[in-house]
Amino acid sequence: MNWGSFANFIDMGGRGFYVWGSYLITLVCIVLELGLLARHKRTLWQRLTQIIKLNKQG
Amino acid sequence: MSINWFKYSSPATFYPLAGKLIPWFYGLAAMLTIAGLYISFFVAPTDATQGESYRIIFIHVPAAWMSMFIYLVMAMWAGLGLVMNTRLSSIMAQALAPTGAMFTFVALITGAFWGKPTWGTWWEWDARMTSELILLFLYIGYMSLTAAIDDVRRADKAGAILALVGAVNVPIIYFSVKWWNTLHQGASVSLTRAPSMAKTMLLGMLIMAIAAWMYSIAVALSRARLLMLEREKSTVWAQEVLEQKP
Repeated sequence: MNWGSFANFIDMGGRGFYVWGSYLITLVCIVLELGLLARHKRTLWQRLTQIIKLNKQG
Repeated sequence: MSINWFKYSSPATFYPLAGKLIPWFYGLAAMLTIAGLYISFFVAPTDATQGESYRIIFIHVPAAWMSMFIYLVMAMWAGLGLVMNTRLSSIMAQALAPTGAMFTFVALITGAFWGKPTWGTWWEWDARMTSELILLFLYIGYMSLTAAIDDVRRADKAGAILALVGAVNVPIIYFSVKWWNTLHQGASVSLTRAPSMAKTMLLGMLIMAIAAWMYSIAVALSRARLLMLEREKSTVWAQEVLEQKP
């Protein structure tokens, strides 16, 4: 597949909005899922290590 | 040689093993995505009837496959947890749900972005689209139900029943294009006949599908580890994990 120019590649034969829109939304969904997972990990670890610390202090 | 599979179903063994495997699955997902996108945009030709808008297929179809497949795997784990009462099974079911919901959402939204230039509409109450939307509601229902019940065992049981009953919807989605002759086109790829698309298009789609698999495994394992740690926080192995700061 030879697009000829970068502008043609972005244009996607006039369907650029639909093609790139789909890929962009998918990217946002994946980034969001990974971000939420990372946040879940951080808060869980903070909470659980805090409990251990408090238990040690008696 | 016999492998003691039950050993791996114990969270104490599974937790470090999953930790070692996760980076590999993320790595494979990234490499396959790059290869898949390259084929999708630089190797696969322009479609004779749809022009360039068909390139949405490279995310739409893998996402739709994953949405159905993850649901079945989730229902299987949930059912196993219900019958065998194994700790890991219910955790796996809950770990898969958000990823399945994400892929269902992606399948629906990319379908809308494909439908507009091809059919002239973002949405139609067509059999396949409607049943896929129901799948999204099933995922959301499962997640809300398991999150709403404080007692973990009761939450697992209630969630499992919902997941199992909802599994009926998956064959409905899959066969909807055969059973009802509505807007959505038939399957482009089936096991019983030759695919109705160019070889490079099919290759790009399959590579993207395997990438989606690898991603799903990586994310589900990561989430399973967190659920495991939370549920088993007072056990010796979890205390040991928590003592060694990440």
